[in-house]
Amino acid sequence: MPAENVVRTRGVTKVFRLGELSVPALKGIDMEIKRGEYISIMGPSGSGKTTLFNMIGGLDKPSEGRVYIDEVDVAQLDAYELAWLRCRKIGYIFQTFNLIPVMSALENVTLPMVFAGMSADDSREKGVALLSRVGLGDRVHHKPFQLSGGQQQRVAIARALANDPAIVLADEPTGNLDLNTGKEIIQLLKTLNREKEVTIISATHDLKMIDVSDRIFWIRDGKIERVERRADIELEVGTVEGQ
Amino acid sequence: MAETGQMKVEKQIVLPMFKAIQMSYQSIQIRLGRSIITIMGISFAIAFLTSIFSSIAINGALLTKGPEYLQARLSGGVGIKAQQIWLMSLSLLVCVVGITNAMLMSVTERYREIGTMKCLGALDSFIVKLFLIESAFQGIIGAVAGVIIGNLSMILISLIKYGGIIWKVFPWLSIIKTGMIAIFFGVILTIVGAIYPAYRAAKMVPADAMRKDE
Ligand SMILES: Nc1ncnc2c1ncn2[C@@H]1O[C@H](COP(=O)(O)OP(=O)(O)OP(=O)(O)O)[C@@H](O)[C@H]1O
Ligand SMILES: [Mg+2]
Repeated sequence: MPAENVVRTRGVTKVFRLGELSVPALKGIDMEIKRGEYISIMGPSGSGKTTLFNMIGGLDKPSEGRVYIDEVDVAQLDAYELAWLRCRKIGYIFQTFNLIPVMSALENVTLPMVFAGMSADDSREKGVALLSRVGLGDRVHHKPFQLSGGQQQRVAIARALANDPAIVLADEPTGNLDLNTGKEIIQLLKTLNREKEVTIISATHDLKMIDVSDRIFWIRDGKIERVERRADIELEVGTVEGQ
Repeated sequence: MAETGQMKVEKQIVLPMFKAIQMSYQSIQIRLGRSIITIMGISFAIAFLTSIFSSIAINGALLTKGPEYLQARLSGGVGIKAQQIWLMSLSLLVCVVGITNAMLMSVTERYREIGTMKCLGALDSFIVKLFLIESAFQGIIGAVAGVIIGNLSMILISLIKYGGIIWKVFPWLSIIKTGMIAIFFGVILTIVGAIYPAYRAAKMVPADAMRKDE
């Protein structure tokens, strides 16, 4: 079923109110993302990438418009259904890793499984397997502060995959990493995208992401400026300095 | 193709209480340093309150049952009632402000964590439960320690001021009574002081919670 829209947005706008001032961060976003795609949302700072990330992930409500995850209108869900969606259907990765500081790598990875009601034994086993998959099989009991940035992001990736989500959302996953570590993380995401057929949507201004993306949404001033397929870009490599 | 219908959104399960207790306990244990600071904040506020209570009780006992020279000395001050009420209100105020501040701090510095937990599928009620249990633990320890510190220091001061005579008239009953009141008051304040910000943080949309402490 490769043709299904796992994410679809219709006329999504977001206006932030700061007292008298209103800041339009998104000005009507329409996008369709198919199951299994690797999508990059690229754009300069302040263009609305994080805001869009939050809308797609059900972490904030649009001012207008609709977001559909697997053709379910997110706005129609009650608190319990929304929590279920965040727990089972979407995995999140952040620029700042956002691991729970007091928990070990394994506990961080198993937390979403705990919320999903999985037994302690099953979740431990699955957590160790996921950590091994991201190359941290020998670091399961380390605390976040005992890990490097790249390792922390690997834990976050393992955690995002905890409940076999349909979508992994990443907001600048390489933003706090050096060039090579960033490359490794991008490569890992790409491999998982192929292996687990998980849809990856990544907001970024890291041009290294272009190589692995199936499509790139260029966004500027809260609007989608253009959508490109990698196949098209490869033909005109020199001109991608879009920012 | 809206009719694909391959996804049925279910409702998130409510986790059992022991899970919340386990996680709160773990959180206090690992955050021990920070937790001790919070507990110290609570216990100093309660110690201040208790010391006022106990000095009033000891002075009162000396005034009614103590030797004459002390009675004369203590009844000398006019408006002692008004002064006591003033002191009690002041100490209550210090206590309320101190504890709510300590709890507010301990919750606000964890907004990001709260937002993250919501991303991972935590229900609002679970987050509130976590903080309720954690603050109850801290409240009990802090308040008991505060009552002990407050009473001991007041007894010491009275001993220095009036000498061993205070043991003859020592108001055990009212010291115990006010101690219990102070513990109860401290625990309630601690829980309320944490629940209110935790409730607000749990209600926040995750996007806002995670922006809070950049
Ligand atoms: N909670 C908020 N309150 C007010 N304004 C906001 C809020 N969140 C975002 N904005 C504004 O919306 C616009 C888009 O912000 P957003 O964070 O989505 O940009 P971004 O593309 O992610 O930028 P960056 O690459 O720097 O992360 C900015 O002008 C920002 O100031
Ligand atoms: Mg951003």
